[in-house]
Amino acid sequence: MTKQWLIIRPKVLPISFHCDRRVPRVLSILTLITIVAMVISVGYGEYYISPLDVIKTLLGLQTTNTDYYFVINILRLPRTLVAFLVGVGLAIAGTITQGITRNPLAAPDIIGVNAGAALAAVTLIILLPNTPVSLLPFAAFTGALTVALLIYFLAWREGSSPVRLILVGIGFSLIANALTNLMITFGEINTVSQALVWLTGSVYGRSWSQVLALIPWIVIFGAIALILARELNTLNLGDEVARGLGSPVEWQRGLLLLTSVALAGSSVATAGTVGFVSLMAPHLGRQLVGASHEGLLPVAAMMGGMLVVGADLLGRVMFAPLELPCGIITAAIGAPYFVYLLIKNRQP
Amino acid sequence: MLTTEKNSYLRQQRKHLQLFTGLLLAGLILWLSLLASIAWGAADISFKDIYQAFTAFDGSSSHLIIRTVRLPRSLIAMLVGAALAIAGAIMQGLTRNPLASPSILGVNAGAALAVVVGTFILGSNSLSVYAWFAFAGAAISAITVYLLGSIGRGGLTPFNLTIAGAAITAFISSITSAILILSQRTLEEIRFWLAGSVAGRDMNLLWQVLPYICIGLILALALSKQITILSLGEDTARSLGQSTALIKILAAISIILLAGASVAIAGPIGFVGLIVPHIVRFLVGVDYRWILPYCAIFGAIIVLNADLLGRLVVRPTELPVGLVMPLIGAPFFIYLIRWKLHNS
Repeated sequence: MTKQWLIIRPKVLPISFHCDRRVPRVLSILTLITIVAMVISVGYGEYYISPLDVIKTLLGLQTTNTDYYFVINILRLPRTLVAFLVGVGLAIAGTITQGITRNPLAAPDIIGVNAGAALAAVTLIILLPNTPVSLLPFAAFTGALTVALLIYFLAWREGSSPVRLILVGIGFSLIANALTNLMITFGEINTVSQALVWLTGSVYGRSWSQVLALIPWIVIFGAIALILARELNTLNLGDEVARGLGSPVEWQRGLLLLTSVALAGSSVATAGTVGFVSLMAPHLGRQLVGASHEGLLPVAAMMGGMLVVGADLLGRVMFAPLELPCGIITAAIGAPYFVYLLIKNRQP
Repeated sequence: MLTTEKNSYLRQQRKHLQLFTGLLLAGLILWLSLLASIAWGAADISFKDIYQAFTAFDGSSSHLIIRTVRLPRSLIAMLVGAALAIAGAIMQGLTRNPLASPSILGVNAGAALAVVVGTFILGSNSLSVYAWFAFAGAAISAITVYLLGSIGRGGLTPFNLTIAGAAITAFISSITSAILILSQRTLEEIRFWLAGSVAGRDMNLLWQVLPYICIGLILALALSKQITILSLGEDTARSLGQSTALIKILAAISIILLAGASVAIAGPIGFVGLIVPHIVRFLVGVDYRWILPYCAIFGAIIVLNADLLGRLVVRPTELPVGLVMPLIGAPFFIYLIRWKLHNS
């Protein structure tokens, strides 16, 4: 009988880490698929570059064509990297929200991140069409953070509770969505079209400046999430049990929520409200490696990155030369797979 | 021992009396709202005229407005509100998930896709064509969600249902937005409908969907006791001798009829089905024999007044009811949560 857990507890360092045995294998397979998808994605386009040349260029080796360097490093690589980072951010944020609320339907949408970001961005696009696009991420992030904080404070009453958090979150999302829809319904039609693309989520035309702006958020808050994974396991047992085990429940839940908002907010600010990744990646991860968060977080993160990179690639291939935003593909591809899991999982 | 039993019986009686009085009071508010909704709008009409429009119709413009515009519209708002609130209450009872609402079954998403596809391909823009497309779309997606939910592990558990619903909703909405992004003409034509509105609906449309809503309502009220038991948990219900599978199927039929007919006539309206059941549960507790009638009346009051307000605030144009409702209702809902849910 093989052991279920993989335990890392070095004698010299005061750390201990344990995760499911399947994690290393699953994680490396996912990483491999993601890298392959990224290489293909960078090579694909009106100006086709073979995968081998892509790899050579990325490694800084000499290739036959000098244009490759420009096309790959300046035009295509940042877009793919943004897709990957956004996927990672959304997936971790989703895992955290599902862990905190103990609700399989919870995604960062629940704590109002998407609704707040969408409202701010759509307002900017429709009411002030002349503002530069570079302001959009700031507006979106401010919107997300504002709504998330409002929800948390209004849900606070001698402590926070998952149910109250969810319900207040619903209330705020409804208000923000109604305002967004108001603008969609009465705004000028061209700007509405533009807003709609942002709302479905797209990584079209993203550049290095966006990659560099996003990286610190994902790295720092991703690391915090990983450190807090163990507390997430405890919280998942229910407030009473967690408190009984000595967890400072409120403090941890607040910190985890903030992490989730930061990750989802920065991702949404960069690429728009890419749907379904934050809902789906944690579920997929749990199918593969179980519910223990130390292993689940990295697997879900890689899964999210893979999904968005793949979706972006597919969105460009399917109706070429027309391009579909990757947010549409994540849902269109993700949903059937979800259903397949539901079927596969049933007992014989 | 006997006295305590008698006391609890008396308390029970008193509670029922209170709830019944509350229901009557809510009915009165509904009646007043209906009058207001008929009287006020782009043009104000006196109550005397309203009375005469029904007793001594003379074909004058204000009488015509009442009988062909205001009355159908108000009745539709009431019906849609009642239907959606009840459908939402049943959904939440069955799935025991506070996030559940008819839209989780994919009803709204399915209707929206069907109407968008209809407009995109046929270029039609008549409300009664929309209605049939919407009803068909809603029914197909809800049935799909149910079928998919029931093939998961353990059959039609609340978990499987919600997951299947979320997946299908996301899938369908993504196709809808793809079409809207690719075709600006469709977006232009359909966006007002997509916001959810009862404007410009006439009596014919009402008569078309009325039978479905009535069957759905009767079915729901007949099931109220069973749903109360089911909301305590599937095991409890089964051990009390309930045929849970049958109840679930009947409840599903009722939800599909109610929510499908609503979206057919008024477009996708999200707020009522999600929020009204919560508000009602705060007030009347967990017994669905009370929750359902309260939901019907509250839902009707809310949609009716939201529609009225949407007509009054930006006269002479108007805001769609689907957008007005969350803007007024959600703050109230948040207040209720803070006030009622303190230490659970």
